[in-house]
Amino acid sequence: MAAPDEVVPPEIPASGQHAIQPPVVKAKPVQAILDLCRSMSLWPMTFGLACCAIEMMATGMARFDLARFGAEVFRPSPRQSDVMIVAGTVTKKMAPAVVRLYEQIPAPKWVIAMGNCAISGGPFKIKENYNVIEGVDTLIPVDVYVPGCPPRPEGLLEGFFQVQRLITGKRWWPVAEEVQG
Amino acid sequence: MMNAIDVHMLIRLIIAVVAAMAWVGINALVLVYCERKFAGHIQRRPGPFEVGPHGILQPLADGLKLMGKQLFRPAGADAFLFWLAPMLSLLPVLLLFLPIPYGPMLTAMNVSLGILLILAFSSLNVLALLLAGWSSNNKWGILGAARAVSQSVAYEIPLLLSVLAVTFMTGSFNLSAISTSQGAWPWQWNLMAQPLAFFIYLVSAFGETNRAPFDLAEAESELTAGFHTEYSSMGFGLFFMAEYAYMVVVCSVCTVLFLGGFRGPVADGWWWFLAKTYALLFLMIWVRWTYPRVRFDQLLNINWKWLLPLAVFNLLATAFVMKL
Repeated sequence: MAAPDEVVPPEIPASGQHAIQPPVVKAKPVQAILDLCRSMSLWPMTFGLACCAIEMMATGMARFDLARFGAEVFRPSPRQSDVMIVAGTVTKKMAPAVVRLYEQIPAPKWVIAMGNCAISGGPFKIKENYNVIEGVDTLIPVDVYVPGCPPRPEGLLEGFFQVQRLITGKRWWPVAEEVQG
Repeated sequence: MMNAIDVHMLIRLIIAVVAAMAWVGINALVLVYCERKFAGHIQRRPGPFEVGPHGILQPLADGLKLMGKQLFRPAGADAFLFWLAPMLSLLPVLLLFLPIPYGPMLTAMNVSLGILLILAFSSLNVLALLLAGWSSNNKWGILGAARAVSQSVAYEIPLLLSVLAVTFMTGSFNLSAISTSQGAWPWQWNLMAQPLAFFIYLVSAFGETNRAPFDLAEAESELTAGFHTEYSSMGFGLFFMAEYAYMVVVCSVCTVLFLGGFRGPVADGWWWFLAKTYALLFLMIWVRWTYPRVRFDQLLNINWKWLLPLAVFNLLATAFVMKL
Protein backbone atom coordinates (compact mmCIF):
# COMPACT_ATOMS: atom_id res chain seq x y z
CA MET A 1 0.00 0.00 0.00
CA ALA A 2 1.29 3.42 -0.85
CA ALA A 3 1.90 5.94 1.86
CA PRO A 4 -1.48 7.60 2.25
CA ASP A 5 -1.68 11.28 1.48
CA GLU A 6 -3.02 12.19 4.90
CA VAL A 7 0.37 11.22 6.38
CA VAL A 8 1.64 14.61 5.18
CA PRO A 9 1.22 16.95 8.12
CA PRO A 10 -0.17 20.19 6.68
CA GLU A 11 1.69 22.31 9.19
CA ILE A 12 5.16 21.41 7.89
CA PRO A 13 6.64 24.79 6.98
CA ALA A 14 7.85 25.28 3.45
CA SER A 15 11.24 26.28 4.76
CA GLY A 16 12.50 24.17 7.61
CA GLN A 17 14.85 25.66 10.14
CA HIS A 18 16.71 28.48 8.51
CA ALA A 19 15.99 30.79 11.42
CA ILE A 20 17.17 29.52 14.79
CA GLN A 21 14.92 30.65 17.62
CA PRO A 22 16.25 32.17 19.76
CA PRO A 23 19.21 33.38 17.65
CA VAL A 24 22.70 32.39 18.75
CA VAL A 25 23.82 36.01 18.85
CA LYS A 26 21.37 38.77 19.68
CA ALA A 27 23.14 41.50 17.71
CA LYS A 28 21.69 41.83 14.23
CA PRO A 29 24.86 42.54 12.18
CA VAL A 30 26.67 39.64 13.87
CA GLN A 31 23.76 37.38 13.08
CA ALA A 32 23.85 38.56 9.46
CA ILE A 33 27.55 37.73 9.18
CA LEU A 34 26.99 34.33 10.79
CA ASP A 35 24.15 33.61 8.38
CA LEU A 36 26.32 34.65 5.47
CA CYS A 37 29.06 32.29 6.61
CA ARG A 38 26.54 29.49 7.05
CA SER A 39 25.18 29.98 3.56
CA MET A 40 28.68 30.01 2.07
CA SER A 41 29.83 26.79 3.70
CA LEU A 42 26.99 24.32 3.31
CA TRP A 43 28.57 20.96 3.94
CA PRO A 44 26.40 18.15 2.54
CA MET A 45 26.22 14.67 3.95
CA THR A 46 27.80 11.81 1.99
CA PHE A 47 24.55 10.08 1.38
CA GLY A 48 22.80 8.92 -1.78
CA LEU A 49 19.81 6.68 -2.26
CA ALA A 50 19.45 6.06 -5.99
CA CYS A 51 20.34 7.33 -9.44
CA CYS A 52 20.01 11.01 -8.46
CA ALA A 53 23.11 10.45 -6.34
CA ILE A 54 25.06 9.97 -9.57
CA GLU A 55 24.03 13.45 -10.67
CA MET A 56 24.94 14.71 -7.20
CA MET A 57 28.43 13.25 -7.66
CA ALA A 58 28.62 14.80 -11.13
CA THR A 59 27.84 18.16 -9.49
CA GLY A 60 30.95 17.77 -7.38
CA MET A 61 33.15 16.79 -10.31
CA ALA A 62 35.18 18.88 -12.71
CA ARG A 63 32.54 20.19 -15.10
CA PHE A 64 30.14 21.71 -12.57
CA ASP A 65 32.22 21.83 -9.38
CA LEU A 66 30.17 22.37 -6.27
CA ALA A 67 33.44 23.44 -4.63
CA ARG A 68 33.22 26.87 -6.25
CA PHE A 69 30.50 27.73 -3.74
CA GLY A 70 32.27 26.08 -0.82
CA ALA A 71 29.88 23.14 -0.67
CA GLU A 72 32.15 20.30 -1.77
CA VAL A 73 33.03 19.16 1.75
CA PHE A 74 30.90 16.02 1.80
CA ARG A 75 31.08 15.01 5.44
CA PRO A 76 30.74 11.29 6.22
CA SER A 77 29.32 11.95 9.69
CA PRO A 78 25.92 13.64 10.07
CA ARG A 79 27.25 15.48 13.13
CA GLN A 80 29.40 17.66 10.93
CA SER A 81 27.10 18.23 7.98
CA ASP A 82 24.65 21.06 7.34
CA VAL A 83 22.68 19.96 4.31
CA MET A 84 20.99 16.65 3.67
CA ILE A 85 20.52 15.99 -0.02
CA VAL A 86 17.88 13.29 -0.31
CA ALA A 87 19.02 12.08 -3.71
CA GLY A 88 16.80 9.27 -4.86
CA THR A 89 13.88 7.02 -4.07
CA VAL A 90 13.07 6.66 -0.38
CA THR A 91 11.74 3.17 0.20
CA LYS A 92 9.82 2.15 3.29
CA LYS A 93 12.79 0.11 4.39
CA MET A 94 15.10 3.12 4.05
CA ALA A 95 12.75 5.61 5.68
CA PRO A 96 13.78 5.00 9.33
CA ALA A 97 17.43 5.44 8.39
CA VAL A 98 16.69 8.69 6.57
CA VAL A 99 14.77 10.05 9.55
CA ARG A 100 17.51 9.00 11.95
CA LEU A 101 20.21 10.65 9.84
CA TYR A 102 18.15 13.83 9.71
CA GLU A 103 17.76 13.80 13.46
CA GLN A 104 21.47 13.26 13.94
CA ILE A 105 22.42 16.48 12.15
CA PRO A 106 22.93 19.27 14.69
CA ALA A 107 21.07 22.52 14.11
CA PRO A 108 21.05 24.54 11.88
CA LYS A 109 20.25 22.07 9.11
CA TRP A 110 18.60 22.10 5.74
CA VAL A 111 17.15 19.44 3.48
CA ILE A 112 17.16 19.38 -0.30
CA ALA A 113 14.78 16.88 -1.89
CA MET A 114 16.51 16.04 -5.13
CA GLY A 115 14.59 14.44 -7.97
CA ASN A 116 10.98 13.46 -8.51
CA CYS A 117 11.20 10.33 -6.33
CA ALA A 118 12.27 12.27 -3.27
CA ILE A 119 9.69 14.98 -3.98
CA SER A 120 6.63 12.87 -4.60
CA GLY A 121 7.52 9.30 -5.38
CA GLY A 122 8.01 10.22 -9.03
CA PRO A 123 7.55 7.28 -11.44
CA PHE A 124 6.77 5.03 -8.48
CA LYS A 125 3.61 6.92 -7.54
CA ILE A 126 1.37 4.27 -9.05
CA LYS A 127 -1.40 2.09 -7.72
CA GLU A 128 0.73 -1.07 -7.56
CA ASN A 129 3.43 0.64 -5.55
CA TYR A 130 3.80 -0.89 -2.11
CA ASN A 131 7.23 0.11 -0.86
CA VAL A 132 8.05 3.68 -1.88
CA ILE A 133 7.50 6.71 0.34
CA GLU A 134 5.67 9.22 -1.82
CA GLY A 135 7.68 12.31 -1.01
CA VAL A 136 10.39 12.59 1.62
CA ASP A 137 8.51 15.57 3.07
CA THR A 138 6.14 13.06 4.62
CA LEU A 139 9.07 12.11 6.87
CA ILE A 140 11.21 15.20 7.40
CA PRO A 141 10.77 18.93 6.69
CA VAL A 142 12.15 19.78 3.26
CA ASP A 143 13.49 23.24 2.45
CA VAL A 144 14.18 23.09 -1.25
CA TYR A 145 12.73 20.83 -3.95
CA VAL A 146 14.83 20.19 -7.04
CA PRO A 147 12.60 18.56 -9.67
CA GLY A 148 13.85 16.39 -12.50
CA CYS A 149 14.32 12.73 -13.25
CA PRO A 150 17.13 13.06 -12.42
CA PRO A 151 17.77 16.81 -12.19
CA ARG A 152 20.76 18.13 -14.06
CA PRO A 153 23.76 19.20 -11.95
CA GLU A 154 22.83 22.82 -12.70
CA GLY A 155 19.52 22.07 -11.02
CA LEU A 156 21.22 20.89 -7.84
CA LEU A 157 23.46 23.96 -7.89
CA GLU A 158 20.33 26.09 -8.18
CA GLY A 159 18.94 24.17 -5.21
CA PHE A 160 22.01 25.16 -3.20
CA PHE A 161 21.48 28.79 -4.24
CA GLN A 162 17.92 28.55 -3.00
CA VAL A 163 19.14 27.25 0.36
CA GLN A 164 21.51 30.21 0.49
CA ARG A 165 18.55 32.47 -0.28
CA LEU A 166 16.58 30.88 2.55
CA ILE A 167 19.40 31.59 4.98
CA THR A 168 20.42 35.09 3.93
CA GLY A 169 17.33 36.30 2.06
CA LYS A 170 19.35 36.98 -1.07
CA ARG A 171 20.31 35.14 -4.23
CA TRP A 172 24.03 35.67 -4.47
CA TRP A 173 24.90 34.58 -7.96
CA PRO A 174 23.85 35.88 -11.40
CA VAL A 175 21.08 34.08 -13.24
CA ALA A 176 22.15 32.31 -16.42
CA GLU A 177 20.89 33.87 -19.63
CA GLU A 178 18.30 31.99 -21.57
CA VAL A 179 19.81 30.64 -24.77
CA GLN A 180 17.61 30.68 -27.89
CA GLY A 181 17.60 27.80 -30.35
CA MET B 1 60.84 35.76 44.94
CA MET B 2 61.14 36.16 41.21
CA ASN B 3 64.18 37.95 39.99
CA ALA B 4 64.41 40.01 36.82
CA ILE B 5 65.59 37.12 34.64
CA ASP B 6 62.61 34.96 35.61
CA VAL B 7 60.18 37.78 34.79
CA HIS B 8 61.95 38.32 31.51
CA MET B 9 61.68 34.59 30.70
CA LEU B 10 58.01 34.55 31.68
CA ILE B 11 57.11 37.49 29.44
CA ARG B 12 59.08 35.92 26.62
CA LEU B 13 57.22 32.61 27.06
CA ILE B 14 53.80 34.28 27.16
CA ILE B 15 54.54 36.21 23.98
CA ALA B 16 55.83 33.03 22.35
CA VAL B 17 52.74 31.00 23.28
CA VAL B 18 50.40 33.73 22.03
CA ALA B 19 52.40 33.93 18.82
CA ALA B 20 52.21 30.14 18.50
CA MET B 21 48.41 30.30 18.92
CA ALA B 22 48.18 32.93 16.17
CA TRP B 23 50.52 30.88 14.01
CA VAL B 24 48.38 27.74 14.49
CA GLY B 25 45.22 29.67 13.58
CA ILE B 26 46.71 31.35 10.53
CA ASN B 27 48.21 28.08 9.34
CA ALA B 28 44.89 26.29 9.72
CA LEU B 29 43.16 28.91 7.57
CA VAL B 30 45.88 29.01 4.93
CA LEU B 31 46.26 25.24 4.75
CA VAL B 32 42.51 24.57 4.53
CA TYR B 33 42.36 26.97 1.60
CA CYS B 34 45.46 25.48 -0.03
CA GLU B 35 44.21 21.95 0.51
CA ARG B 36 40.85 22.58 -1.14
CA LYS B 37 42.35 24.66 -3.92
CA PHE B 38 45.03 22.04 -4.61
CA ALA B 39 42.44 19.27 -4.52
CA GLY B 40 40.42 21.22 -7.05
CA HIS B 41 43.29 21.81 -9.43
CA ILE B 42 44.52 18.22 -9.15
CA GLN B 43 41.03 17.08 -10.14
CA ARG B 44 40.83 19.67 -12.96
CA ARG B 45 38.32 21.97 -11.32
CA PRO B 46 38.83 25.44 -9.84
CA GLY B 47 38.07 24.57 -6.21
CA PRO B 48 36.58 27.27 -3.92
CA PHE B 49 36.13 30.27 -6.18
CA GLU B 50 33.14 32.46 -5.40
CA VAL B 51 33.47 33.25 -1.69
CA GLY B 52 35.83 36.19 -1.89
CA PRO B 53 38.21 36.64 -4.83
CA HIS B 54 39.31 33.14 -5.86
CA GLY B 55 37.60 31.85 -2.75
CA ILE B 56 40.11 33.17 -0.25
CA LEU B 57 37.41 33.88 2.33
CA GLN B 58 36.26 30.23 2.22
CA PRO B 59 38.15 28.99 5.32
CA LEU B 60 36.92 32.03 7.26
CA ALA B 61 33.31 31.22 6.37
CA ASP B 62 33.88 27.58 7.34
CA GLY B 63 35.39 28.54 10.68
CA LEU B 64 32.59 30.93 11.62
CA LYS B 65 29.99 28.41 10.53
CA LEU B 66 31.57 25.71 12.68
CA MET B 67 31.49 28.09 15.66
CA GLY B 68 27.82 28.85 15.02
CA LYS B 69 26.77 25.21 14.87
CA GLN B 70 25.11 23.30 17.66
CA LEU B 71 27.53 21.69 20.08
CA PHE B 72 26.40 18.16 20.61
CA ARG B 73 27.24 15.31 22.95
CA PRO B 74 25.68 11.85 22.59
CA ALA B 75 23.59 10.71 25.56
CA GLY B 76 25.87 7.79 26.44
CA ALA B 77 29.12 9.71 26.13
CA ASP B 78 31.41 10.48 29.03
CA ALA B 79 30.96 14.25 29.31
CA PHE B 80 34.31 15.13 30.86
CA LEU B 81 36.49 13.03 28.57
CA PHE B 82 34.37 13.89 25.55
CA TRP B 83 35.08 17.62 25.90
CA LEU B 84 38.62 17.11 27.18
CA ALA B 85 39.75 15.21 24.07
CA PRO B 86 39.63 18.03 21.46
CA MET B 87 41.35 20.43 23.82
CA LEU B 88 43.99 17.86 24.69
CA SER B 89 44.54 17.40 20.98
CA LEU B 90 45.17 21.09 20.28
CA LEU B 91 46.83 22.44 23.42
CA PRO B 92 50.15 20.49 23.37
CA VAL B 93 50.71 21.78 19.84
CA LEU B 94 51.38 25.27 21.19
CA LEU B 95 54.31 23.89 23.14
CA LEU B 96 55.73 22.20 20.07
CA PHE B 97 56.26 25.50 18.28
CA LEU B 98 58.48 26.90 21.06
CA PRO B 99 61.82 25.14 20.39
CA ILE B 100 61.64 25.45 16.59
CA PRO B 101 64.23 27.91 15.20
CA TYR B 102 62.54 30.02 12.54
CA GLY B 103 65.60 32.16 12.00
CA PRO B 104 69.11 32.62 13.39
CA MET B 105 67.73 34.65 16.32
CA LEU B 106 64.08 33.67 16.07
CA THR B 107 63.58 30.89 18.63
CA ALA B 108 61.14 31.17 21.51
CA MET B 109 62.98 28.71 23.74
CA ASN B 110 66.47 27.60 22.79
CA VAL B 111 66.39 24.33 24.75
CA SER B 112 69.21 21.86 24.42
CA LEU B 113 66.79 18.91 24.11
CA GLY B 114 64.41 20.60 21.69
CA ILE B 115 63.80 17.65 19.41
CA LEU B 116 63.10 15.37 22.38
CA LEU B 117 60.60 17.92 23.74
CA ILE B 118 58.76 17.94 20.42
CA LEU B 119 58.70 14.15 20.14
CA ALA B 120 57.53 13.74 23.74
CA PHE B 121 54.68 16.23 23.62
CA SER B 122 53.49 15.32 20.14
CA SER B 123 52.71 11.85 21.53
CA LEU B 124 49.95 13.42 23.62
CA ASN B 125 47.89 13.69 20.45
CA VAL B 126 47.51 9.90 20.38
CA LEU B 127 46.03 10.02 23.87
CA ALA B 128 43.58 12.70 22.73
CA LEU B 129 42.44 10.61 19.76
CA LEU B 130 42.03 7.55 21.99
CA LEU B 131 39.99 9.54 24.52
CA ALA B 132 37.84 10.99 21.74
CA GLY B 133 37.03 7.60 20.28
CA TRP B 134 36.59 5.95 23.66
CA SER B 135 34.41 8.57 25.30
CA SER B 136 31.99 9.17 22.43
CA ASN B 137 30.34 5.76 23.01
CA ASN B 138 30.28 4.95 19.33
CA LYS B 139 31.54 1.82 17.62
CA TRP B 140 33.06 3.78 14.74
CA GLY B 141 34.71 6.08 17.24
CA ILE B 142 36.40 3.31 19.20
CA LEU B 143 37.48 1.48 16.03
CA GLY B 144 38.98 4.68 14.65
CA ALA B 145 40.71 5.37 17.95
CA ALA B 146 42.16 1.85 18.08
CA ARG B 147 43.51 2.31 14.57
CA ALA B 148 44.92 5.74 15.37
CA VAL B 149 46.76 4.39 18.41
CA SER B 150 48.23 1.31 16.75
CA GLN B 151 49.27 3.39 13.76
CA SER B 152 50.83 6.23 15.73
CA VAL B 153 52.66 3.91 18.11
CA ALA B 154 54.02 1.92 15.18
CA TYR B 155 55.15 4.89 13.11
CA GLU B 156 56.73 6.69 16.03
CA ILE B 157 59.57 4.15 16.16
CA PRO B 158 61.03 4.62 12.65
CA LEU B 159 60.43 8.36 13.05
CA LEU B 160 62.51 8.40 16.23
CA LEU B 161 65.23 6.26 14.69
CA SER B 162 65.55 8.51 11.65
CA VAL B 163 65.74 11.58 13.88
CA LEU B 164 68.37 9.80 15.96
CA ALA B 165 70.51 9.22 12.86
CA VAL B 166 70.64 12.99 12.30
CA THR B 167 71.46 13.72 15.92
CA PHE B 168 74.31 11.16 15.70
CA MET B 169 75.81 13.26 12.92
CA THR B 170 75.29 16.60 14.63
CA GLY B 171 75.97 15.44 18.17
CA SER B 172 73.18 17.62 19.50
CA PHE B 173 69.46 17.54 20.25
CA ASN B 174 69.31 21.32 19.92
CA LEU B 175 67.35 22.32 16.83
CA SER B 176 69.30 25.56 16.37
CA ALA B 177 72.57 23.67 16.52
CA ILE B 178 71.30 21.15 13.98
CA SER B 179 70.28 24.02 11.67
CA THR B 180 73.60 25.82 11.90
CA SER B 181 75.58 22.59 11.44
CA GLN B 182 74.27 22.46 7.86
CA GLY B 183 75.45 24.62 4.98
CA ALA B 184 73.53 27.13 2.94
CA TRP B 185 73.37 25.17 -0.30
CA PRO B 186 71.22 22.08 -0.86
CA TRP B 187 74.24 19.77 -1.26
CA GLN B 188 75.39 20.78 2.23
CA TRP B 189 72.12 19.78 3.88
CA ASN B 190 71.57 16.63 5.91
CA LEU B 191 69.31 15.43 3.13
CA MET B 192 72.43 14.58 1.10
CA ALA B 193 74.14 12.69 3.94
CA GLN B 194 70.95 10.98 5.17
CA PRO B 195 68.63 10.39 2.20
CA LEU B 196 67.28 7.17 3.69
CA ALA B 197 66.53 8.82 7.03
CA PHE B 198 64.77 11.65 5.19
CA PHE B 199 62.59 9.19 3.30
CA ILE B 200 61.77 7.21 6.45
CA TYR B 201 60.99 10.41 8.33
CA LEU B 202 58.68 11.62 5.58
CA VAL B 203 56.74 8.35 5.33
CA SER B 204 56.47 8.08 9.11
CA ALA B 205 55.31 11.68 9.24
CA PHE B 206 52.36 10.81 7.02
CA GLY B 207 51.56 7.96 9.41
CA GLU B 208 52.01 10.10 12.51
CA THR B 209 49.73 12.88 11.32
CA ASN B 210 47.04 10.48 10.08
CA ARG B 211 47.25 11.95 6.61
CA ALA B 212 46.26 10.14 3.44
CA PRO B 213 47.35 7.63 2.22
CA PHE B 214 47.62 6.61 5.89
CA ASP B 215 44.39 8.24 7.15
CA LEU B 216 43.02 4.92 8.34
CA ALA B 217 41.80 6.43 11.59
CA GLU B 218 39.15 8.46 9.79
CA ALA B 219 38.55 6.27 6.75
CA GLU B 220 35.06 7.38 5.77
CA SER B 221 34.32 4.39 3.57
CA GLU B 222 34.48 1.99 6.51
CA LEU B 223 34.44 4.03 9.72
CA THR B 224 32.12 7.00 9.01
CA ALA B 225 34.55 9.58 10.39
CA GLY B 226 36.57 7.50 12.85
CA PHE B 227 37.36 9.02 16.22
CA HIS B 228 35.58 12.32 15.50
CA THR B 229 32.33 10.75 14.28
CA GLU B 230 30.32 12.20 17.18
CA TYR B 231 31.96 15.62 17.28
CA SER B 232 30.06 18.53 15.82
CA SER B 233 30.85 22.22 15.64
CA MET B 234 34.17 23.32 17.15
CA GLY B 235 34.79 19.92 18.75
CA PHE B 236 35.44 18.75 15.24
CA GLY B 237 37.04 22.11 14.42
CA LEU B 238 39.67 21.70 17.14
CA PHE B 239 40.63 18.24 15.88
CA PHE B 240 40.90 19.70 12.43
CA MET B 241 43.10 22.59 13.59
CA ALA B 242 45.24 20.18 15.59
CA GLU B 243 45.74 17.98 12.54
CA TYR B 244 46.96 20.92 10.48
CA ALA B 245 49.11 22.19 13.34
CA TYR B 246 50.77 18.78 13.65
CA MET B 247 51.40 18.82 9.92
CA VAL B 248 53.16 22.16 10.31
CA VAL B 249 55.22 20.88 13.25
CA VAL B 250 56.23 17.72 11.42
CA CYS B 251 57.24 19.69 8.33
CA SER B 252 59.09 22.30 10.40
CA VAL B 253 61.09 19.60 12.17
CA CYS B 254 61.80 17.93 8.84
CA THR B 255 63.03 21.27 7.50
CA VAL B 256 65.35 21.71 10.46
CA LEU B 257 66.66 18.16 10.46
CA PHE B 258 67.13 17.53 6.76
CA LEU B 259 66.70 20.71 4.73
CA GLY B 260 68.99 23.11 6.56
CA GLY B 261 66.31 24.94 8.55
CA PHE B 262 66.76 28.68 8.14
CA ARG B 263 70.02 28.23 6.20
CA GLY B 264 69.78 29.06 2.54
CA PRO B 265 71.62 30.67 -0.36
CA VAL B 266 72.30 34.45 -0.29
CA ALA B 267 70.96 35.17 3.21
CA ASP B 268 69.87 33.01 6.14
CA GLY B 269 66.50 33.79 7.66
CA TRP B 270 62.92 32.89 8.35
CA TRP B 271 62.04 33.25 4.65
CA TRP B 272 64.02 30.13 3.79
CA PHE B 273 62.49 28.29 6.73
CA LEU B 274 58.95 29.19 5.66
CA ALA B 275 59.60 28.37 2.00
CA LYS B 276 60.97 24.92 2.83
CA THR B 277 58.24 24.14 5.36
CA TYR B 278 55.52 25.13 2.97
CA ALA B 279 57.12 23.15 0.16
CA LEU B 280 56.90 20.07 2.40
CA LEU B 281 53.31 20.91 3.37
CA PHE B 282 52.36 21.18 -0.29
CA LEU B 283 54.03 17.82 -0.86
CA MET B 284 51.79 16.33 1.86
CA ILE B 285 48.69 17.82 0.24
CA TRP B 286 49.82 16.63 -3.17
CA VAL B 287 50.30 13.08 -1.88
CA ARG B 288 46.92 13.11 -0.18
CA TRP B 289 45.04 13.94 -3.36
CA THR B 290 47.08 11.58 -5.53
CA TYR B 291 47.32 8.26 -3.72
CA PRO B 292 44.46 6.02 -2.58
CA ARG B 293 44.25 4.90 1.02
CA VAL B 294 46.19 1.74 1.95
CA ARG B 295 44.63 -1.21 3.80
CA PHE B 296 45.34 -1.48 7.50
CA ASP B 297 47.46 -4.63 7.24
CA GLN B 298 49.43 -3.00 4.43
CA LEU B 299 49.92 0.07 6.60
CA LEU B 300 51.40 -1.93 9.46
CA ASN B 301 53.38 -4.17 7.10
CA ILE B 302 55.07 -1.13 5.53
CA ASN B 303 56.08 -0.03 8.98
CA TRP B 304 57.18 -3.22 10.73
CA LYS B 305 58.63 -5.04 7.72
CA TRP B 306 60.27 -2.17 5.83
CA LEU B 307 60.57 1.14 7.65
CA LEU B 308 61.70 -0.24 11.00
CA PRO B 309 64.50 -2.56 9.68
CA LEU B 310 65.63 0.15 7.26
CA ALA B 311 65.71 2.74 10.04
CA VAL B 312 67.71 0.42 12.31
CA PHE B 313 70.11 -0.37 9.48
CA ASN B 314 70.46 3.33 8.71
CA LEU B 315 71.16 4.14 12.35
CA LEU B 316 73.80 1.40 12.65
CA ALA B 317 75.44 2.51 9.41
CA THR B 318 75.48 6.13 10.61
CA ALA B 319 76.99 5.13 13.93
CA PHE B 320 79.63 3.01 12.16
CA VAL B 321 80.60 5.80 9.76
CA MET B 322 80.70 8.38 12.55
CA LYS B 323 83.03 6.17 14.61
CA LEU B 324 85.30 5.43 11.68
